[in-house]
Amino acid sequence: MAEARLVGVTKHFGAKCAVRDLALDVGNGEFVVLLGPSGAGKTTTLRLVAGLETPDAGQVQIGGRDVTRIAPALRDVAFVFQQYSLYPHLSVYDNLAFPLRSPLHRTSESDIRRKVEDVARMLRIDDKLKSAATRLSGGQMQRVAIGRALVRDPALYLMDEPLSSLDAKLRNDLRLELKRIQQDLGATMLYVTHDQVEALTMATRIGVLENGRLVQLATPQQIYEDPVSAYVASRLGSPRINLVPRALVANVAAPDGAATVGVRAEHVRLRAPTAASVQRGGHVKRIEQLSDQHLIHVHLDESDQELVSAGADGMSWQTGDAVHVELLRPLWFDAAGRRLAA
Amino acid sequence: MAEIRVHRLHKAFADFTAVKDSTFTVRDGEFFCLLGPSGCGKTTTLRMIAGLELPTSGQIFLGAEDVSFKRASARDIAFVFQMFALYPHMNVRRNIAFPLVSQRMARAAVDVKVAQAARVLRITELLDKPVSGLSSGDRQRVALGRAIVREPLAFLMDEPLGALDSEFREVMCGELRALHDRLNATTVYVTHDQMEAMAMADTIAIMNGGVIEQLGAPLEVYERPASVFVADFIGAPAMNFLPFEASLRQGEGAVQIGAATIAVPALREDVSARVLLCGVRPEHVRFADDSPLRAEVLGSEYLGTRRIVTVTTAAGATLRAKVDVATAVRRGDHVGLAFDPGAVSLFDQATGRVLRTARDDAPHAARNGSRHG
Repeated sequence: MAEARLVGVTKHFGAKCAVRDLALDVGNGEFVVLLGPSGAGKTTTLRLVAGLETPDAGQVQIGGRDVTRIAPALRDVAFVFQQYSLYPHLSVYDNLAFPLRSPLHRTSESDIRRKVEDVARMLRIDDKLKSAATRLSGGQMQRVAIGRALVRDPALYLMDEPLSSLDAKLRNDLRLELKRIQQDLGATMLYVTHDQVEALTMATRIGVLENGRLVQLATPQQIYEDPVSAYVASRLGSPRINLVPRALVANVAAPDGAATVGVRAEHVRLRAPTAASVQRGGHVKRIEQLSDQHLIHVHLDESDQELVSAGADGMSWQTGDAVHVELLRPLWFDAAGRRLAA
Repeated sequence: MAEIRVHRLHKAFADFTAVKDSTFTVRDGEFFCLLGPSGCGKTTTLRMIAGLELPTSGQIFLGAEDVSFKRASARDIAFVFQMFALYPHMNVRRNIAFPLVSQRMARAAVDVKVAQAARVLRITELLDKPVSGLSSGDRQRVALGRAIVREPLAFLMDEPLGALDSEFREVMCGELRALHDRLNATTVYVTHDQMEAMAMADTIAIMNGGVIEQLGAPLEVYERPASVFVADFIGAPAMNFLPFEASLRQGEGAVQIGAATIAVPALREDVSARVLLCGVRPEHVRFADDSPLRAEVLGSEYLGTRRIVTVTTAAGATLRAKVDVATAVRRGDHVGLAFDPGAVSLFDQATGRVLRTARDDAPHAARNGSRHG
């Protein structure tokens, strides 16, 4: 295992700048998740590290070595793509064994068998080893693809939305599994997703990308609780963080230059309108009961702004009720969306 | 708008039965979800309602009319697919107008209807733009516009959000439900994504192997699943199951699992000796030092305000607990587990059926009344 480093990396496709002056350090044994919407530059970054793209400027280092101009096969990285690509004419066993049989590795057949069986057990495909790769379900094929990366012992694992083609249940199971495997192997991982649950639960640090720029790189908790911008704040949290114009909550103390307040649904407290401290009045517009979460949508009076409260205060509200809204942990942003100190 | 009634619908393809003896009613103005894994028969059911497949037996009524064997074009229904195909050479206005123009509707009337549809979808400012430059969300709105402009008796949607990324899917769920409330349109919606079904539906039909396993309001199927399949399919992470062997008597309010006595809602039936499953959702699992139900922590996942802790019991069962984020546990810790007694479901492992308990005494509060009042 080894660390990976990007220094001032820029990549254009025609006129479009996909990655802009990107600096990123992935420590040895670290699990870094790149998060962002489609087009933010996540996959391009991964492909640059893998050597599937060449940067216009900047340097890619793996294990302290400059690999910017080195062929992908010689970079000692294992790449798992969103769309699994297996050898259709080979069995699951031979697909998993394939990377170990490469002349670059020279592993004995008994070592190969042990490794393949270990990985197959980890991924719960050990009963499929003899099956043809094409006879598997999509979820099983993707596990074989992940397995093919795991049998090797590369300096760095690169994974591009490896779980996104799986159903919700399998995704839940594999998430923890993958994290545990990574910890057990002490593997260095750079992982791309737009699934915030994967990012929150698996990452040592999350890198949030916006239009090709890395806008924040921090632990999941720091990103969630202490985002540097409204954009970053919107990437994590379900329901999404409420963003309300400062003018609509005039009674709440705010730092100079505040244009928008961000407040997570669990930090919106609703009270009956008799309470003394009034921050903002509103009416319950609808109540959404999502399995273990009850979301109360509040329409702020004299505005067309809606606010969602995750209502953990034990009050039972009805549609149409008048409420007072209190913001427990407001995050303030300026007109450009940059975070302001409270 | 109209009610859709499906009566004893059956569909066999050669040696495979896709839909088995399905009966349900979609009320006028209802948002009805067919939910299940791939291959469960949900899309086949929808395609039969649309007239894209003919049933092997059974009947489909649209309003008062039996449409079971009518051609798709003779059914007053609009179908929205996952891969929304827009005409790339036409602008947004002409794409939306297309179904009306092909019906030879007068130009002035088309303009009025397109303007109305655009207003409902809040895409008025896009009407004269080419569709090629639109975001995926706007393309989806245009596709919906083409469906609503016809003012059909019902909308059928087959995973219309399946191609969108998860963040955007959440936004579109809210939008689709709001649109439904504005139009009050009878909608049948097919998805394998429980989050979509929970967020939008008035009623969910959960299908498995061609059979509807449970039909109910979202919270009802979540809180009172009728089978292991439903309990396992709905909820993220899924319900936990602890196997144990017992014979139980009506009125009993506790079960014995290993050294632990677990309080459960009072039984409303007798059960002879067999393997049962004690089902409990992750948010109803707590850590209790003094509990004899012991487990070892396998991992802990940070989720912002909560965390999911995965544990394994001495008997080898894996459980997940959704707890406050401040709960400090680490991999390898030994913990005691306690369950919220009112929230436990018991299942017969062999049949998968839920046992009747005191939880079934009160009819479940309907969602429709309180939710969108």
